[in-house]
Amino acid sequence: MDVALFPKDPSESLLAALALAGIHPEPVDSLESVTQSRAAEWSILIVELGDEPMRRMRHLAGIAGDSGLPVLVVAEGDHLDLMSQVTGVSDFLVTPVNPVELRLRLLRLQRASGSEELIIFKDLQLNPLTYQAHLDGAPLDLTFMEYELLRFLVERQGRVWTRDQLLSKVWGYDYFGGARTVDVHIRRLRAKLGEERASWITTVRSVGYRWG
Amino acid sequence: MSKQSDYVLRTVQERGIRFIRLWFTDVQGFLKSVSISPQELETAFDEGMTFDGSSIDGYARRQEADMLAVPDPATFQVLPWRREEQVARMFCDIVTPDGEPFGGDPRTVLKRNLQRATDAGFTFYVAPELEYFYFADSGPEPKVLDRGGYFDLTPLDVAQEYRRATINSLEQMGIPVEHSHHEVAPSQHEIIVRYTDALTMADNIMSFRLTVKEVALSSGIYATFMPKPLEKHDGSGMHLHLSLFRGEENAFFGPDRASGLSTTGEQFVAGLLRHAPELTAITNQWVNSYKRLVAGFEAPIYITWGRNNQSALVRVPTAKKNKPASVRAEYRSPDSAANPYLALAVLLAAGLEGIEHEYELPAEAPGNVFELTAAERSRLGINRLPETLSQALDLMERSELVHRALGDHVFDWFLRNKRKEWELYSHHVSRFELDTYLPVL
Repeated sequence: MDVALFPKDPSESLLAALALAGIHPEPVDSLESVTQSRAAEWSILIVELGDEPMRRMRHLAGIAGDSGLPVLVVAEGDHLDLMSQVTGVSDFLVTPVNPVELRLRLLRLQRASGSEELIIFKDLQLNPLTYQAHLDGAPLDLTFMEYELLRFLVERQGRVWTRDQLLSKVWGYDYFGGARTVDVHIRRLRAKLGEERASWITTVRSVGYRWG
Repeated sequence: MSKQSDYVLRTVQERGIRFIRLWFTDVQGFLKSVSISPQELETAFDEGMTFDGSSIDGYARRQEADMLAVPDPATFQVLPWRREEQVARMFCDIVTPDGEPFGGDPRTVLKRNLQRATDAGFTFYVAPELEYFYFADSGPEPKVLDRGGYFDLTPLDVAQEYRRATINSLEQMGIPVEHSHHEVAPSQHEIIVRYTDALTMADNIMSFRLTVKEVALSSGIYATFMPKPLEKHDGSGMHLHLSLFRGEENAFFGPDRASGLSTTGEQFVAGLLRHAPELTAITNQWVNSYKRLVAGFEAPIYITWGRNNQSALVRVPTAKKNKPASVRAEYRSPDSAANPYLALAVLLAAGLEGIEHEYELPAEAPGNVFELTAAERSRLGINRLPETLSQALDLMERSELVHRALGDHVFDWFLRNKRKEWELYSHHVSRFELDTYLPVL
């Protein structure tokens, strides 16, 4: 599990609980560094409110949603009323932290966000749970079938697929549009990926298509 | 809830989309739009959105005003030209409150005709060449932006930037462009869109026209699809490249025949030629459309076909070697102000009629039909397309084929509406008459 931890110098008790839970987080200097471009490296962000709860919650509100990462907040019981003010908080723990609870909550968050399944190719990122695609951090507007075709190809890099195979695996075998549908969608995907990245989809002459 | 609608609902939520525009088309091909909020989306998928049909040209009389727009989730697309405020669109099918497909909806008309092709084992593919003009504004006198000609480069082609921005927007919407260039007339441009199935293409042509106009608007100029805005120059056509596929096989591919077409292909083209006069009112629906279909310009006026003959109504481009998929028929009379749903519906109906009744393809037209005398043309059996909207309507009114393809509702309304347009035009005293008659009569 790749967990980002903020602040860089959390409390001793949290560090001890993490160690007992078998979690080895990477401390980060700033919440800003956990934005789009680096978000792919982590599956969860832990934020300890510590002795500056207001400041950190405001800070968190500023970046919440940018990263798309689930956020677990560790707070003192006195600061729990702050939780209702920020939408970007996925779950919270009250100090003192129970290591077993910490581990279970992290696993639950990971499963719920589906971050285990993020599909990444260079600067292309696909989230099968939310159906969202990002290219160089910017959302890519795809139709459902474009998304399904893209995901199918990216997940199976390097393998050549015939039009009929793609038709039966992506569209379902009884789709009436015929094999040309595949060509049409490949062109639309290439158009949306843009000139520089269009070559990620290779046309294999008289066979079909390959990703990468 | 289907996977497609689920995808749309999730995307709307994830992307923070504020409005969803439900698009549909009136009988004359004007794009109509109802905006809904994300909260209404699920209801729209399940039940459709109610709107007042009597406010749409050609839809309903007062007493049967309620209509439902049911969005097609496969057409969901975030609009690329409104980045600051996320807006998406979907094309809709129109149904009556009883849930029946509404006969006045052009998209429904095309779907019904496509079903005939599907039943015969065919998929209908289309690629259009769309021409249009950029003018300085939408005022009564067209002001051109340049004096450029065909394939002109900068600095004459000042509109190249607008065209590039348009192509970027089109590609972001999943409408791949084959190529684009400056056309023959000053300020005229052409964008060739890559083939796709006919329903998607009709949707694409609607999106295309809006995109061209939106990009022009945001650049402070005006784009128009008026068929013939400049008297002394070519008008704006919409050549349609048509083909039928049986699965992965091009049903038009006939390499060992002189025409380059299979029997099916020849029969389809024969159908287009035989029924061309009666369907021209649909492919060329405005008074102004017939100012484009005159001698001396690139537009076809005689009902002929040829392999590489630029004056023919139907051109069968010589296919590249070993590229059976590219064999097609190019139908050259439609203009870019036609209703794409109805135009494709009647063209498909004409072609299928040719296949069903095994029409014989007439002889290929000689070099340039324009140079023949009237007597020579009549000996060769070469007829002319209708010369005015009024003539085209007379021919359409007698056409069983067009009636069947359009259905009662659209057929009747279209004739009524266009007769009225012609009547209004007949009252008009033109500049030509004043200049020619006033000094001498």
